[in-house]
Amino acid sequence: MTAALAEQGTPARVPAQDPPAPPATPRRRPRRERAFDDVPRWQIYLPLALYLLFTLVPFYWMLLFAVRPAGSTSLVPWPVTTAHFEKVWNERSFGIFFQNSMIVGVATLVATTTVALAGGYALARFDFRIKNAFMLALLCSQFIPGALMLVPLFEIFRNLQMINSLGSVVIAETVFQLPLSMILISGFIKNVPVSLEEAAWVDGCSRMRAFRAVVLPLLRPGLVAVGSFAFVHSWNHFLFALMFLSEQDKQTIPVGLNTLIGADSVDLGALAAGGVIAAVPVVIVFAFIQKWLITGFSAGAVKG
Amino acid sequence: MAHAAAVAQQPRAGRRRTGTGAAPRRLPYLLIAPAGLLMLGFIAYPVLSVFYYSLRHYNVTKPWKNGYAGLENYTRAFTEDPLFWSTLAFSAKWVVVQVGLQLALGLVLALLVNQTFVGRAVARSLVFSPWAVSGVLTTTIWMLLYNPSTGMSRYLADVGIGTYGTSVLSDTGTVFWAAVVAELWRGVPFFAILILADLQSIPKDLYEAASVDGANRMRQFLHITLPHLKDAIILSTLLRAVWEFNNVDLLYTLTGGGPAGVTTTLPLMIANTGIEGHDFGYASALTTVAFVILLFCSILYLRLSKFGGDRS
Repeated sequence: MTAALAEQGTPARVPAQDPPAPPATPRRRPRRERAFDDVPRWQIYLPLALYLLFTLVPFYWMLLFAVRPAGSTSLVPWPVTTAHFEKVWNERSFGIFFQNSMIVGVATLVATTTVALAGGYALARFDFRIKNAFMLALLCSQFIPGALMLVPLFEIFRNLQMINSLGSVVIAETVFQLPLSMILISGFIKNVPVSLEEAAWVDGCSRMRAFRAVVLPLLRPGLVAVGSFAFVHSWNHFLFALMFLSEQDKQTIPVGLNTLIGADSVDLGALAAGGVIAAVPVVIVFAFIQKWLITGFSAGAVKG
Repeated sequence: MAHAAAVAQQPRAGRRRTGTGAAPRRLPYLLIAPAGLLMLGFIAYPVLSVFYYSLRHYNVTKPWKNGYAGLENYTRAFTEDPLFWSTLAFSAKWVVVQVGLQLALGLVLALLVNQTFVGRAVARSLVFSPWAVSGVLTTTIWMLLYNPSTGMSRYLADVGIGTYGTSVLSDTGTVFWAAVVAELWRGVPFFAILILADLQSIPKDLYEAASVDGANRMRQFLHITLPHLKDAIILSTLLRAVWEFNNVDLLYTLTGGGPAGVTTTLPLMIANTGIEGHDFGYASALTTVAFVILLFCSILYLRLSKFGGDRS
């Protein structure tokens, strides 16, 4: 997976796998290329090491507090305890929060990818009268923030009697994920040559079957990336869940974390353990989509 | 047989492609209908209702006062509410500092991990990892680091840096930079990813040609890299500025807008007045003001950067 990430945009002369040791004299590159490609090594490693320190120390700190016994001040987490995890999972109902977050995340993923796939296909393959207006609406909606919509959305869900139902959060998350997802997916579909589809029609496939048999398999990486964004985003997002769900057994993980942060006597071990629980699915998904991340962005988001 | 079928299907396939048949003409509308309806119902309608509410007194806890208000909600914001102007000033400061630093650090980071070096793949995934972390999780992590009795300051004080028991989050002098650092931690990787994606699309032979002509690295950066990145930088800066202005997760949970309201942004003030204060009318007026500011700044920014104009 990491090797795949290294491959992108790397000139062919560099092996995909990083060699275990710095190259010795025989592997030296031709002199001419040094001028544009070879920075002195320390100018890369030193700033990168500093930045890595800034990136990783906070993660280490959370892990440390999560597994270190209460009252310990050691910077090395030994002996390791699972007491904080058990407490957060059972007493602070993170078990229920986790389940609710999973439901919201998976439902948002499914809804966003299906609706965006249909819309993205229309935008990529057809010319129709309101297409430009629709594209403009998609781009404009990027500038309309979720936080500013809280008041009217709260009103709408109250009228629909959906306050305190996970469905309200799923709808809100899906709606705000849709524009970017649709732009990304239509970008991915445009990259699939129309001639492939036409060949399938010529062979007697219906449009639907041609799409399923020819286009969909080629879209898989893009769909995985878009779906993962939708999942991670709704897993992390806090405000909709906080505002639309007032019963405790309907809450999601970020709201649970916030109650731990706001507690009068802050139980740091529990807070850290809750943080680790919140991070685990995101880390798994992130590891999964990494290799599509940069290509995904260059295909759709940046080029708009 | 397959051939015969192909011949029989050909006219139909051709008609579908040109989109003159009845079914294909309706098909695109059917396909965008779910997305379109969702966005009409949950984005367009709410936007319009915000304008409507902003002209009314609408407070759930004071139903006897509800009714048409005209511009009263707006005059209240501009002339009576001292919090409004300080909030506006803080929002501007927050966006400018945050986006400026993210752009500078993100550009450096993207240029660094775009180089070829041993361990690049691992370095990339590690420096980008905070990107996936949410506002509340970021808050959780930095709460642990900023904790006055067991956080970073205690260990730093042990080796002689700073003093024991300082809480950067309850001091009005330090809370701004404490929040900025926490937000940078997860914001810089995102910026770097966007810029890196564009860096990779620069043809390598441009640099080879430039170095044959004797251009040094600085000149190559100024004359090849920067012009190429221009559009991506403009777009991602704008998106990021809007996002940093709108996002409430981090400040809501890290500082709660305090101490003494010094870290309240306009959207945070809207959430507090609307949802917690139940004053929907005033919150809607504030929302409208925020819309107008966003729109105005976006147009101004795109005009100033000549984005989308003719670049002949």
